[in-house]
Amino acid sequence: MTEPRTLFAKLWDAHVVCEAADGRALLFIDRHLIHDGSFHSFNRLREKGLPVANPGLCLATPDHYAPTTSRSADTVDDPAIRRVLNEFDINVNEFAVPVLALADPRQGIVHVIGPEQGFTLPGTTLVCGDSHTSTHGALGALAFGIGASEVAHVLATQCTWQKRPQTMCIRIDGLLPPGVYAKDLALTIIATIGTAGAVGCVVEYSGSTVSALSIEERCTLCNMTIEAGARAGLIAPDETTFAYLRNKPLAPKQELWHRAVEYWRTLKTDDDAHFDRTVSVQANSLQPMVTWGTSPEQAIPLSGRVPHPGEATSDEEANGMLHAMQYMGLVAGQPIATVDIDQVFIGSCANSRLEDLRVAAEVIQGIGGKVKLPTLVSPGSTQVKLKAEAEGIADIFIAAGVQWHESGCSMCVGMNGDRMGPGKRCISTSNRNFAGRQGRDSRTHLVSPATAAATAMLGHLAAPPAAKGAG
Amino acid sequence: MAEPFTTLRSRAVRLAAGNIDTDQIVPARFMRTPRSEGYGNFLFHDLRFDAEGKPIVDFPLNGADAPDAHILIAGKNFGCGSSREAAVYALFDFGIRCVIAPSFSDNFKANCAKNGLLPVSLPEAELDRLLEDGVVSDLIEVDLRRQTVKRNGREAGFVIDAFAKESLLTGLDEIDMTLRHHSEIARFQEQHFARYPWLDIKLQAPTNSSF
Repeated sequence: MTEPRTLFAKLWDAHVVCEAADGRALLFIDRHLIHDGSFHSFNRLREKGLPVANPGLCLATPDHYAPTTSRSADTVDDPAIRRVLNEFDINVNEFAVPVLALADPRQGIVHVIGPEQGFTLPGTTLVCGDSHTSTHGALGALAFGIGASEVAHVLATQCTWQKRPQTMCIRIDGLLPPGVYAKDLALTIIATIGTAGAVGCVVEYSGSTVSALSIEERCTLCNMTIEAGARAGLIAPDETTFAYLRNKPLAPKQELWHRAVEYWRTLKTDDDAHFDRTVSVQANSLQPMVTWGTSPEQAIPLSGRVPHPGEATSDEEANGMLHAMQYMGLVAGQPIATVDIDQVFIGSCANSRLEDLRVAAEVIQGIGGKVKLPTLVSPGSTQVKLKAEAEGIADIFIAAGVQWHESGCSMCVGMNGDRMGPGKRCISTSNRNFAGRQGRDSRTHLVSPATAAATAMLGHLAAPPAAKGAG
Repeated sequence: MAEPFTTLRSRAVRLAAGNIDTDQIVPARFMRTPRSEGYGNFLFHDLRFDAEGKPIVDFPLNGADAPDAHILIAGKNFGCGSSREAAVYALFDFGIRCVIAPSFSDNFKANCAKNGLLPVSLPEAELDRLLEDGVVSDLIEVDLRRQTVKRNGREAGFVIDAFAKESLLTGLDEIDMTLRHHSEIARFQEQHFARYPWLDIKLQAPTNSSF
C-alpha cells in the first residue's frame, strides 16, 4: 500500500528531476508563459550567452503594456512603453520563442490565453513571471509565479529549484446565493484567513461548491489565491475540466486525448491524505463583497460598514486600518455603499473571461438605460473580445455607453497608461486594491463583475439586482 | 552573479507598517526602466515624494541618516502582492542590503537571495527586544555565516534556508549550477514525455501557422 497522497503531492512527485542535500527539488517545467515585462530575463540570458533551452514549451504574448485602444505599438504615445513593446518583439524573435503578437487574434492576458488555447493542461507544471499564475491551478496544473531571475533560470534550464511547500485544504460546500460569485467567495476567504493566511502553502479547493463552479469561476478563485499569500491554488480536474479542454487548439487530440483524460482522472487527492491545514467555508450564507481598504483582506459585504480600528487584533493592524481609511477617504463606521464613485473597470486576469462579460452584460441589460459612471471594459483576450462581439454582448455594452476596449491588463495595474487620476475612486473587477495600484493616489474597491455592472448603471456602489436585499 | 553578502554593520531605517506590498516598494509605472539606469530613486516612490516630486519630510527614508542605512526594518508579510523582482532592485539600488521583518511573502524572499539582498525573519517579540532601547542611530550588525543580528549588546539568531544562505555568501550563479545537471534534465525530459506524450507540443516560432 502506498501512502495516500494529495493532488499537490502527485503533481510535485511527477516533476522532480533530482533533489539537493537540503531537500529542495529541481522541478521540470512543462509550460512557461512569457509576457512583455520579461525584458530583464532575456537580458540576463544575453549576458550569459545562453539560448532558451526548450522554446517549444514556451508561449509569449504582450499584455501588461498592451495598448487597449489599438493593436499597434506605433500608436502608443509614451516612448518608454513603446520601447518595452518593441523590445518584447525583438526578444521573442531573437530567442525563437513562440509568440501570439499584439495583432494576433489569439493575443490576451497570459492567464486568460493559457486555458483558452489549451496550453494549460491538468497535471502540468506551469510558471510565469507574474504572481497571478496561480490562476492555472483551476485546471489542475501546479502553477506558480516567479521573479525575473527565475524566469531566466527556467528559460535556460526548463527547471526551477523549489522548496516543497505545505498544503492547505479549503473545503467549500453549499450553493452560492443569487448575485454571489466566485469573486465574492475569494474575497470572503481572504478576509477570513488574511493576506498572509496561506504563505508557504499550496491551497487545494474542494467541496460541492467548487465542483459546481465553471472553469472561468475556478480561474477567478485560483487567481485570487495569491492574495492570501499562497504559492499556488489548485482544483482537481473533473468532467467540467475535460469538457472545457476538449478541442482547445493545444489540447491533445484523438488517441492522445483519451490517454491524457485517463491520466487526468487519477489527479485527485486520495482519501485520508494529509493536509497541513484545513479551512471550511459555507457558501450558502455568503454575500456580495467589496474591499474598503488597501489590502484584499480588507473586504466586507456590500451591505456592511467600514470597520473600527478598535476591532483590530493588534496595534499594527489598527494602524494599518487607519492608514487605509485615510488613503481611501473613508471614516470608521461609514456604510460602504455611500461612497462616491468616479469610474468602473471590468477586466484583468481575475474577471475578464467571456462568462464574466456575459454576467456584466446581463446586469446592464436588466437595469436598462445608460451607465451613470465612466465604465471601461477590457476583455481578457482578443478571443473573448471577438466572441463577445459575435454573441451581441459587446453591443449591449456599447449601447449602454461603456468604453469597449481591446484586450490587456489595462487598468488593473496601469502599466500601459490606462490609469486613474489622484483621489479618484474606481470600482474594479481586478485583484489588487493596493495604494496607487491603478495610478498614483487612486482608490480601488474590488468587486465581482455583476457588482461592477450594477454600480456602473446605478451610479453608486450596488449589489447585483439578483442578490438578496439589493435595490 | 550577485554581490556576495557576509557581514553588515549599519544603521537601519524602520517602516512599522505590516503587509507592505511590492506596489508600494516600486510603483508599476517605473518597471519599464532598464536596470542599468538604477531603481534606487523608485524605492517607495509615492510614499517618499509628493505629486510634485518633492521629498515628504516625515517619511523615514527621507531622514538625514537614511542614505547611510543599509538595513530596513519592516512589519509582517513584507513584499506581499506582485512577484515583481523590481522591488528587490529598488531596495538594492537604494543601498539596502538586508531587510529585517517578522515575515516575508514567498516570492519576495525568493527574489532576494538571487540579488544579494538578505531577508532576515525575526519573530516580533525578538525584534522588539532588539530595538527596545538605545537610539535610532545605533548600529546593527548582521552576520550571515553565524545567522545573528546584534544591536547594543543584544543578539538574536535567525533561520535561513541553507541554499539561500549559500547563494548569498558566495553570490553564486544558480543557472550555471543547474546547467551542471544538464544530462539529468535531458534524461528526465525524455522519460517524462514518453510517459505523457501530449505534453511535448513543440510549438514553433512564430506561432502564426503552427496552431
